[in-house]
Amino acid sequence: MSHDHDHDNELDPFAARVRALETILAQKGLIDPAAIDVIVDTYETKIGPRNGARVVAKAWRDPAYADWLKRDATAAIGSLSYTGRQGEHMQAVFNTQDTHNLVVCTLCSCYPWSVLGLPPVWYKAPPYRSRAVIDPRGVLEEFGLTLPADKKIRVWDSTAELRYLVVPMRPEGTEGWSEERLAELVSRDAMIGTGLAEQPA
Amino acid sequence: MSRREELPPGFDEPVFAEPWQAEAFAMTVALHDKGLFSWSEWAQALSSEVKRPGAAADGHDYYEHWLAALESLLASKGLAAKSDVDAMAEAWERAAHATPHGKPILLENDPQRIR
Repeated sequence: MSHDHDHDNELDPFAARVRALETILAQKGLIDPAAIDVIVDTYETKIGPRNGARVVAKAWRDPAYADWLKRDATAAIGSLSYTGRQGEHMQAVFNTQDTHNLVVCTLCSCYPWSVLGLPPVWYKAPPYRSRAVIDPRGVLEEFGLTLPADKKIRVWDSTAELRYLVVPMRPEGTEGWSEERLAELVSRDAMIGTGLAEQPA
Repeated sequence: MSRREELPPGFDEPVFAEPWQAEAFAMTVALHDKGLFSWSEWAQALSSEVKRPGAAADGHDYYEHWLAALESLLASKGLAAKSDVDAMAEAWERAAHATPHGKPILLENDPQRIR
């Protein structure tokens, strides 16, 4: 008897393989499907660039914290309960009048998840990974960021063990602002280095 | 091709395009949490997949590489043999076909399932 395929469900091959892995690993007691759901929910909704923006805003307001962030970013960020799950170390790189910092992972897609959430698609794509090192100025222009010719661009290549967070320069005219208000000026791209902090409206 | 076309725009795209990508991602994190591999081992596995020629410039196939990396790492650790994954994936495909539209797909729906 032939099936009536009109009402059938289709699983695409990737979805089927993921389910297969999940089934096999659950049968072996290596994963708990409920824990998988929690991880997905966490990364989709709870961890994101707001974490990093809070780190940056705190560093702008609090010189002692900024100094700690410079010396030991892993601990300074961890003090806000943003800790990496992969045991990676964090380094904060500060933009200055002379130097702009840009982060890439040429190898794959290492990214400071604990402070920025999951990387955007372009960060993981071959053109950014290959060109950020060779032609950072050109890449930044494509992001709409044209830097003065005499400004140095320093490119940081992330690894599984060491991830970077760019601390953008604090915009003028934000003296006395609260941490919350300052954090709103800090975009994800500013913390990767493909953007700057927003100017106050 | 202009440079602008080479760099994908993708500013506000969702983190995962499809649920299986989120599951593959979360499984990797969970298995690492369990200590089944180190994050360096994972980065190495992922790197060898994404650097294969033919990776899409717009990165849309990123999680396909991710899944391939996870499968090869689990196979090399003896945690999930490729033949077992193939067979189980086929069972899921059959179960999906046998499940009426709108109902959750359960492995129990596989007509060839040994009961």
